[in-house]
Parts: sequence; structure tokens; C-alpha cells
Amino acid sequence: MGATHLPSTEFDETAADDQLEAEAEAQLGSPAEPMVQLLAPDGTLGTDPVFSAYADRLDGEKLRGFYADMAKIRRFDVEATALQRQGQLALWVPLTGQEAAQIGSGRASQPQDYIFPTYREHGVALTRNVDLAELLRQFRGVSNGGWNPKDTNFHLYTLVLAAQTPHAVGYAMGIQRDQKAAAAVAADGAQDRPAEPKAAVMVYFGDGASSEGDVHESMVFAASYNAPVVFFCQNNHWAISVPSSVQTRIPLSNRAKGYGFPGIRVDGNDAIAVHAVTEWALEHAREGKGPVLIEAFTYRVGAHTTADDPTKYRKSAEETLWRAKDPLDRLEKYLRAQGLADDAFFDQVKADGDELAAYVRKTTYDLETPDIRTAFANTYVEAHPLVAEELAWFEEYSAGFAETPEHNSAEPGSPDPDDAATGVAR
Amino acid sequence: MTTMTIAKAINEGLRATLDNNPRTLLMGEDIGALGGVYRVTDGLLAEFGADRVVDTPLAESGIIGTAIGLALRGYLPVCEIQFDGFVFPGFNQITTQLAKMHARSNGNLTVPVVVRIPYGGGIGSIEHHSESPEALFAHTAGLRIITPSNAHDAYWMTRQAVECQDPVIVFEPKRRYWLKGEVDTQNPGASADPFKAHVLREGTDATVVAYGPLVPVALAAADAAAEDGHSIEVIDLRSISPIDFDTVTASAKKTGRLVVAHEAPTFGGIGGEIAARISERAFLSLEAPVIRVGGFHMPYPVAKVEEDYLPDIDRILEALDRALAY
Repeated sequence: MGATHLPSTEFDETAADDQLEAEAEAQLGSPAEPMVQLLAPDGTLGTDPVFSAYADRLDGEKLRGFYADMAKIRRFDVEATALQRQGQLALWVPLTGQEAAQIGSGRASQPQDYIFPTYREHGVALTRNVDLAELLRQFRGVSNGGWNPKDTNFHLYTLVLAAQTPHAVGYAMGIQRDQKAAAAVAADGAQDRPAEPKAAVMVYFGDGASSEGDVHESMVFAASYNAPVVFFCQNNHWAISVPSSVQTRIPLSNRAKGYGFPGIRVDGNDAIAVHAVTEWALEHAREGKGPVLIEAFTYRVGAHTTADDPTKYRKSAEETLWRAKDPLDRLEKYLRAQGLADDAFFDQVKADGDELAAYVRKTTYDLETPDIRTAFANTYVEAHPLVAEELAWFEEYSAGFAETPEHNSAEPGSPDPDDAATGVAR
Repeated sequence: MTTMTIAKAINEGLRATLDNNPRTLLMGEDIGALGGVYRVTDGLLAEFGADRVVDTPLAESGIIGTAIGLALRGYLPVCEIQFDGFVFPGFNQITTQLAKMHARSNGNLTVPVVVRIPYGGGIGSIEHHSESPEALFAHTAGLRIITPSNAHDAYWMTRQAVECQDPVIVFEPKRRYWLKGEVDTQNPGASADPFKAHVLREGTDATVVAYGPLVPVALAAADAAAEDGHSIEVIDLRSISPIDFDTVTASAKKTGRLVVAHEAPTFGGIGGEIAARISERAFLSLEAPVIRVGGFHMPYPVAKVEEDYLPDIDRILEALDRALAY
């Protein structure tokens, strides 16, 4: 037997200093690259020639709401991570560090807008009033979706990276046609109802997915047809273990120029700036001015998923640097300094978070395992002979396991033998 | 009844669909002013405008992906993929997104997208223009796959594909685009159900199952076999997913011998699926193993030798001889 090698807790430092410096700049941002920031990490509010006007729309109540949402979703993230560690979820995808990017952008959307998330947008889901316990269905293995997107205009999570981006553009092309048709009806004077509010689509993806061809094709389509879509890229700096410098050598927002629409890099840990920029972009899209790319410059403070181990590929010093830019801390500083929130508010936020966590935990335990018959039922919309044949076989096969009535008074704790043959959901 | 080519029949089917439902729209490369490389969409841009006959960027994943988005918004997109061999940039969207959307949404969402793909060889074309990738899609649950062999079916299948609430891929036999036939645009008749196989010719000694471009070949082989005194039944499968096994099984039980012919390679193909199912359903009625006639396990060969690759009358007759010799 050779010597035992324990896994290292920190990846080996082998790169040369100048390379590290270049990578650090790519990771942390360069002062030379313009980035919209209103709320600095120290909690002071700066100004921006365009976006301060949008920030001015936010009153104390809205800002407290941002903080409460961010705290709530961070608490939810902790709970879901714990649920995974306890074996209650197969996997969890943490969002900690990206709260401002998600809450700021989600709160800028309106009910008539349609949102296509990737799989980490728990914060956006919160802003769209998706029941957060529903989000856990997929991670508990009881659904591949979990909620009905028609209820909230928040689409299902998409796990094939960037595959949702062309869906968003197509949906936006549909909105375009609907609005054109509505305008034609209105011009005829036949409209007896108030006009539907103008809508746009927002699609989320990450720095990793930005390399996928679907992002490129989507941006080409969006530009060609002037589709009302906002591409919201959360550059959280790590595609599992690969740094964003491998995905791009320029700020991702610069790519928009190549497609011919505006691209804006915003401090993704600044909820006020993210909200302002997204509100501007969605208005731009709704008004028929075409697509916008927003790059929210942020950081995935935790692991990619609960199956990941960031100590294998990045320095804890980098995480420390980013923790100093924490989105919650800076808004708390601002709210306290402006006298917009006091201890009672923050205590209440904490209590609400704990209540949500308890609700989510309880609901997770209660999530029902579906019957596989629902999968038979949902493969096709219309009747399908092969599905019917296989279902019939399955029923007959399952029935063979049913115990005879005299053995039905099974010992305590044994599963109900009829379980497999009952409960057709639809 | 009107006589028209398969290409014209599809054109008329699309026109009827655009006329009937304002939510229908066509998307694809060069389908507008040019009318498609096969002119299948000829004249539709002028008639219905650029919002409904959409010349897209040259990006198949983008075409299918945006069609999914349009379908989620309540539209009925009909996508044209220019050639069989160029569908693969869109394969991810078709198999991971389009096919699964209804299932993964627990039935809440439907994406009734139609994908039209001209397929098959025999046109002397260059690489990637002559392939038959239908089995790759048939293996994917959530999709329906149909393929017309004549003008009447081409007209009705086009309309039925759009009316179906599931995603449908229509494989169009490109070397038959100019094959003329009678089309009744008022009444589908026996073609009311696109997923049902048709017995085109009754026989008693053996059955040949074919679809798409090989249906006329199978019928010609049956004619030739008749001259040798063999009564051959010919089935046009019409639907590749689902497959109408009831019709095929009934025929196999009657004749006891089954030959399946397609242009696609036999290995892992539709013929193998039919052979396996019929072996289970009609084992005691079979006088011979189910025999497949198809392409070889190689990339589609160069045009100058494609006649050696493609199943023809003689290849089907050779298979029938083997089946009848048992």
C-alpha cells in the first residue's frame, strides 16, 4: 500500500503571478470597464446619468421589500441546502451571493411579462409569486417541473443550458404579433375592452451558458425581428469549476454590440442598480425598441450545486473578497443610515425567513410521490396506441404483485400492497 | 379531385392551414421570396405576409427553439428544415425541449410545433442532402412522425400535423416531390387518420411494408412478383411514430411473411422495431423471419453509387424470394 493522499482543501497554486493578476481582473472586474453601480458596498448611494432617475422611483417601502425578499430567499437557500444534506432532496442549486441580481431584476418585471429562468432563479421565482415549496419538487424527484407557468408567467426551470433562450425570443415574437393584431383591432374601432398592457420577455442564463450556440442564435433572431426580450446574464464567475475568463475575454455585455442592441454591465450585487437597469431594459423592450442584454456582475458565493466542491478549483480568498460586496449587507447599511429600517424591521425579516423555512421543510416532507401513470398520461396530449399498450401491460404486470385478500392484513409498517395499482391521477 | 404534385399538395395544405387559423405561421430558411429550395412554400409570402411566412436566420436550433416559444404563446408554427442532414443543429431543441415540454410540465403546457423535413436520397445530391434520420426521432417519446407517399396524403398530413396538439415531424420524400396524384381537398377519405397505415394492395403470399419514398418501389416490386405468380400485399406505413401495428399484424398473420423496406440503414432502424413487434404479435403465424431491406451501415454514400445503396425493386424482390423460400 502506498501513502494515503487526502484530498486537499485548497487547490494548488501553480500559475504565474502575472497570469493570476489578469485572471483576478477578469474575475473581479476592472475599473476600466464601465459598470452601473448605485449602491456601493459601503452602503452609500451614488448617481448615474441615466439610471438614477429609475432609482428615484423606489421609496422606502420598496427598498425594504427588496431587502426582505433577498433575506427570505437566502434563508430559503440555507434550508434547501440543509434538506439536501439530510437526504430529503437529491440535489440543490444554491443562489447565495446572487440575491440582488435576482430580486432586483425580478421586481422590475410586471405580471404581463413572461420569464424564462435557468435553474438557479429561486429569487426570481419569489418575485413572481411561485410557491417556493413547488420549486423543490424537481429537486426531490417528484416532478420535472413543479408549477404551472401559466399561473405566474414564470416558466419551468430549463436544465439544458441556454435551451430556454430561443424559447424566450419565440415567445417575444408571439407577443409582437399579438400586439400588432390588437392594434389592428383597436384601429378598426372594434375594441370594446381596454388594451392589454404591453409585455416583454426576460430570459436568464449564466456566464457558462453564454458560450452555448443557443445564446448566439437567440440574439441573432432577437435582433433580426426586434423582439421584445431582455437577456439577463448573471455572470457569477464560475461555470462549475471553469472561470468566466474561459468563456469570454471581454465583458459579456459587450457582446450585444455585435448583435446591434444595447448591452449593459451592472453591479449584480446592487439591488437598486439591477432594478433600475432592468426596469429601463424592460420598458425599452415593451416600447418596441428591441432587445437588451444585461450582464449582472455577481458571484456564486457557494458551490455550483450540493454535489460540487469549490475548494478544488478556487481560492477562499476570492470568496472573501466577494463576501465584502455582499448584496444584503450593503442594502442594510443604506436602510439603517437613511433611517428607513430599524432593528424591529430586521428582526421581523429574520422571523419571516424562519417561518418560510419551516413551511418549506414541512411541505417538502409532504410532497407526494407521483404515480408513474401520470408519466404515461403526460407523454402525449392526444391518445397514443403505444403508450396505451405499454400502460395496459404495466397494469397487468402490477396487478400480479397484488397480494391475496387473506394476506392483506399485513404487518404494521409494511407498504400498502394496493399502492401500485391505485391512484391513477388523470 | 385535382391532380397535383406532392410539393404542390403540401403547398396547398399549408395555404389551407394559414387560411383557416390566424395563429399558424411558417418559419424556415429561404421559405419566403424564394418559396423554399423545393418551392414548397411558393407564393405564400405574397399571400400571407412576412409575419406569417418568416424567413429566418440560418440557424436550425434557433428555428426550432423560437418555434417552441411561439407555441408557448399560443401560435402554431410550421418549421421547414431545408434538408434532412441539416436538422442536427436543431436536434437538441427537438429531442430535449420540444419532445419533453408537455411531460415535464405535468401536462400544463403544449407545444404543437410542426417540423417539415425533406428526406431521403435518389436525387444525385451532395453530402448531407440525402439522409433518412427518422429512427433517431422515432426513438424519442413525445414526438409524432408521419411521412406521406402520395399527393393526397401530403395535402392532408400537412393539415393534420398542424391540427395535432403534439409536436409532429413530417418527413417529406424529396425525390417524390414531383410525383403527381389526385388530391381531394374537400374530403380526406381514408386518410382521415394520419397515424393509420394503409393497405395499398391486397395479397396472400407475403407483405411488404414501406413508407415515404419507397412506397412506389414496393408497389412496383409487387407488380413484378405477380408476374412470377406471387401475391404480395403492400402496406404504406404512413406513420413512423406511432406505428399502426394492428394493420401490420393483421397482414402478417394473413400472409405469414413480412418484408420491411426503408432507405435508412437497417441497423437500429424502423424495420427492426417492426420485426421485433411482429415476432411477438404474430409468431405462430409467421412462415419466415421478418426480413429488412434498407441502407447499409455507412454514411450515405456519394451520389454516383447511391443506386447501389438505395433499396430498389430488385432488392425488395430478393428479400421476398428469401421470405418465400422458407
